[in-house]
Amino acid sequence: MPVAALKEYIGVPRDSVDKFLGQQLVYVSRDHHLLFASAFLTCVPPQMKFREFVEGPLKTLIQPDPDAEKVDWTKVQWLKSNQPWQPQFNLSLKENGIEHKDQIRFQTPGLNTLSAA
Amino acid sequence: METKVAKKKLGLKDRYKLLTRDLGWEPSYHTKDEVFPYVKYEGIKIHDWEKWEDPFRLTMDAYWKYQAEKERKFYAIIDAHTQNNGHLNLTDARYLSALKLFLQAISPGEYAAGKGFARVGREFGGVGTQVACQMQALDEIRHAQTQIHAMSNYNRYYNGFHSFADQRDRMWYTSVPRSFFDDAMSAGPFEFMIAIGFSFEYVLTNLLFVPFMSGAAYNGDMATVTFGFSAQSDEARHMTLGLECIKFMLEQDPANTPIVQAWIDKWFWRGFRVLGLVSAMMDYMLPKRVMSWREAWNIYGVENGGALFTDLARYGIRIPKHWDDAEKAVDHMSHQFMLALYQWNFGTCFHTWIPPEPDMEWLSSKYPNTFDKYYRPRWEHLKKLAKEGKPFKNFGLAKLCQTCQLPIIFTEPDDPTMSCHREVDYKGNKYHFCSDGCQHIFENEPEKYVQAWLPMPALFQEPLKGDLGAWMNWTSLIDGKDNGDYVGSQDERNFQQWRGLATTNT
Repeated sequence: MPVAALKEYIGVPRDSVDKFLGQQLVYVSRDHHLLFASAFLTCVPPQMKFREFVEGPLKTLIQPDPDAEKVDWTKVQWLKSNQPWQPQFNLSLKENGIEHKDQIRFQTPGLNTLSAA
Repeated sequence: METKVAKKKLGLKDRYKLLTRDLGWEPSYHTKDEVFPYVKYEGIKIHDWEKWEDPFRLTMDAYWKYQAEKERKFYAIIDAHTQNNGHLNLTDARYLSALKLFLQAISPGEYAAGKGFARVGREFGGVGTQVACQMQALDEIRHAQTQIHAMSNYNRYYNGFHSFADQRDRMWYTSVPRSFFDDAMSAGPFEFMIAIGFSFEYVLTNLLFVPFMSGAAYNGDMATVTFGFSAQSDEARHMTLGLECIKFMLEQDPANTPIVQAWIDKWFWRGFRVLGLVSAMMDYMLPKRVMSWREAWNIYGVENGGALFTDLARYGIRIPKHWDDAEKAVDHMSHQFMLALYQWNFGTCFHTWIPPEPDMEWLSSKYPNTFDKYYRPRWEHLKKLAKEGKPFKNFGLAKLCQTCQLPIIFTEPDDPTMSCHREVDYKGNKYHFCSDGCQHIFENEPEKYVQAWLPMPALFQEPLKGDLGAWMNWTSLIDGKDNGDYVGSQDERNFQQWRGLATTNT
């Protein structure tokens, strides 16, 4: 049963994509880099190129980590919804299949200054 | 001459009968199902409400007398506290962060519990249950009031106490306890009793109140100690009600057992997540610490909780489903919470700080397997950034859990270096969770939790549209006073100056 109730009950989601004024939420995090307490919440237009997403919000947000400068973006391993995935940098978020509230992760093996081995 | 005949006094037994069980009646022009429409839909089968045992046998007339006496004592001490500048007797003004968090997050929970018990008192079918719930409803409102009054004196001198009601409604971290109580209040009456009466009041309450009240005593906060004492005898009654209710459900029909077990699983996990805030208070915010969160968990969680579930085993009840995940989290959670609160402290209505070296040593001795290995390197890096004049503010905000509404700051139970990522697709939307426990709760009742109002996504919707300044106004957070690092704050300056005036000649 989708909810314990006296009669049929349908919940209305409070954060569906239509409520974000043409933008969408994208969660992004770097594995094993826990200086950042949680995955970042970004609110960005779906037309944004993936490259702009990386060069803009993502690079700015990870900057306080001592490993930030050492990332070789051509070698980064990506995951979407916890599955290996390869983004196209010159395509938009939408063209890359990144939906509202998708979680993107990236891994940079060998870089773990603040992480216990 | 007429002799005056002494009025015959009622014995305790008769009084209880007249003032409790005798208040009920059989409805004649409505069916019982119409009068009590919510007692059946959860699937709990009750055959005989008369089997409800009320171990305290307290009647309303005696209740008023006892409570009035406690109120008189409480307010006498609060007055003395105010007149004797009790706000200067604290060990350190850092302590106030724990109080502010309590006032914004926990006291409104007492009020919510009051509303909840008033409602289930009306919805339950038996008179014994109704009267017990009525008393607890009044207790909870009294607790909210005495806590607010006890802390109001600090509001005259320190920041962050002024708008707890707005913060209760709008602050991102208070949505955690608020959603906890909203979840319970929007459930049926039996689930509410397991949620609040049993899981919170019985299994988890000692983890909240004992360390908190001892923390207040250790840190010179007489006001808080006083409301703790004033609430204590009520708490004993609440714990008994919670336990009585669960035994009643289990004894009435064996078919109730799996339903009750599923609620215990759910509400243990929800309660454990809410209490995470207490772990940070205990390990980081008390200048003089009572015991570590780990030590408190060992006593009140493992020993007491373990004994309780051994006792309930004869009804076929086992330990809550995610107990092992909780145990694995205990050595990590306070550090994860405080690191998170520190990096988002532009948005907290209390202060945080990087622990000074003696505190780090204490943490390292209390958490020998985790602190130095996982958390000290992060604090050291934050210290370095602060020293360079670039204190870390995480403007990335956070991914929140759809169920408990906490930022997803937790790691995999078996890998403390890896964030816990859980997601579910439901009706074309994605939902994220902090743990298996929270994901399972969602999957059992998705139509309930898809509606969650999550404060961080809400910041990017109408009317705030991502404007942090507008958000601060809306939550009544005064930027530069209520928030940020304790070091350099107005609270720190004032406390040191006033304390200085009391102890030196300059």
